[in-house]
Amino acid sequence: MSDVPKARPGSPHPAGGHGGAGSPERLDAKGQALKGLLPEVLPAFHSHISVALDEVVLTVPPERLVEVCFTLRDDPRTRFDFLRCLSVVDYVTYLEVVYHLWSMEKRHKMVVKVQVPPEAPQVPSVTGVWKGADWFEREGHDLYGVVFTGHPNLAPLLLWEGFPGYPGRKSYPFHNYTEW
Amino acid sequence: MAEARPLEVREILVNMGPQHPSTHGVFRMVLWVDGERIVRVEPHIGYLHRGSEKLCEGETYLQIPTLFDRLDYLSNFNNELAFCLAVEKLMGLEVPERAAYVRVILCELNRIASHLMFYAAFGLDVGAMTPSMYAFRERERIQQVFEAVSGARMMHDYFRVGGLRQPPPDDFKERVQRLLPLLEKGINECDTLLTHNEVFLARTRGIGKISPQEAIAWGMTGPCLRACGVPYDIRAVEPYSLYDRFDFAIPVGAQGDCWDRYMVRVEEMRQSIHIIRQALQQMPEEGPVLTPGARRLPRPPKGEVYVRTENPRGELGVYLVSDGSERPYRVKIRAPSFANLQALPVLMRDCYVADAVVILGSLDIVLGDVDR
Repeated sequence: MSDVPKARPGSPHPAGGHGGAGSPERLDAKGQALKGLLPEVLPAFHSHISVALDEVVLTVPPERLVEVCFTLRDDPRTRFDFLRCLSVVDYVTYLEVVYHLWSMEKRHKMVVKVQVPPEAPQVPSVTGVWKGADWFEREGHDLYGVVFTGHPNLAPLLLWEGFPGYPGRKSYPFHNYTEW
Repeated sequence: MAEARPLEVREILVNMGPQHPSTHGVFRMVLWVDGERIVRVEPHIGYLHRGSEKLCEGETYLQIPTLFDRLDYLSNFNNELAFCLAVEKLMGLEVPERAAYVRVILCELNRIASHLMFYAAFGLDVGAMTPSMYAFRERERIQQVFEAVSGARMMHDYFRVGGLRQPPPDDFKERVQRLLPLLEKGINECDTLLTHNEVFLARTRGIGKISPQEAIAWGMTGPCLRACGVPYDIRAVEPYSLYDRFDFAIPVGAQGDCWDRYMVRVEEMRQSIHIIRQALQQMPEEGPVLTPGARRLPRPPKGEVYVRTENPRGELGVYLVSDGSERPYRVKIRAPSFANLQALPVLMRDCYVADAVVILGSLDIVLGDVDR
């Protein structure tokens, strides 16, 4: 066990700050337009908008998530009808659920983020907004223990029933073998 | 005389897989069957889950393309490209022209090889034995080029962050040029052999339909979505690498049934050949294949990036979070087969048991990609 990657303390981003040194903003014209548009579509969240490289990022509290997602999907100015990806990232002090969105009609993209404490990670399910979130959320529940409330069936997907622990998290032991 | 009793009707539960030749790997589905009709389907995945995302957190950026090779094991180059592009985007790294062209050529060849594999397997799924022989003959020609370039028939580990592992062989261009007319002939042969066969049409036309709205809502991408008539190809809507330099069409279907999903792939092979021809013409003869000064062990700056590429199966997304060290903090792989497969219960609504295998085959899943 010479080369066991340790759970690195601290997280790459301090809460709320995205991007970070070394990765400057590279928004294209569509991204710029969207960044200007979002405060009009969601006036309550105008201070929660940031930029990570070439994506506009919106951080929302979990209890407002579904409402925001419906607005983003149905507002004629945004029309985010396609969920590109749903990921969970473990920043040790908090878990972050990341929704990558795309609009087939407008051809623009954005990211929605939700932060929850690792002890009681409860995030409302967005399966009602995008059906395709189904398996992504089950995977997030499997590997990170995030409880997506309102999901129709949070049964284990990739792991077997009764698997102990959440193997995606940083606290889960990594290489449990020795080299020979 | 005995009184006629009403016929007893009940649903039967049929288990299919995980070890079943027509499930294309280790995939299990439980079918609720009412006579010949499927009432409900429950897909079960995870038999091939290797925890690739977690493994990536323990490997250096140099080692990770090896893991990406093993996701979708029928389109290795495309997988490697997605990861390398993600790191390069985060670092703001430019890839030398020659390397970028070689990447495009290999990825498009890989797309043809993967679609040929689909063609062969789909033929077998509907009961046509012969097409697979033709498809594998053509695929073998492509594999020989891959072997000459990377030294391996699969699991190439050839793309590096910043370029390629080594220059392609001196006769790379001639080899590909010799290959293209043969492939074209072979694809036409395959096309005439199966596409309008009456039995094949009867088995695939109007089977496993899905509407474009539903396909988008379920997150379907790639040929499966284009078969519904949505011209969504990441090479065109959000061009990466050099794809904005080529002229190619996006084949789309009309009905979103099994035949459309098949036909879109056949047409895509022709478009790929078209792209390779242009790439060969534009490719510089000389030049480096690795960015000068590219570090052996790249260390991207702190930050995050989401890169998506058009895999033969759909949108392959890589969400990479870096903390500035030589290992990624988090890698999320948005696998195209994973998202396409979850729409299976919708596709199989009210279909016959005999069509279940055809519908599953038409999605062209790779279980290594589904389970990661």
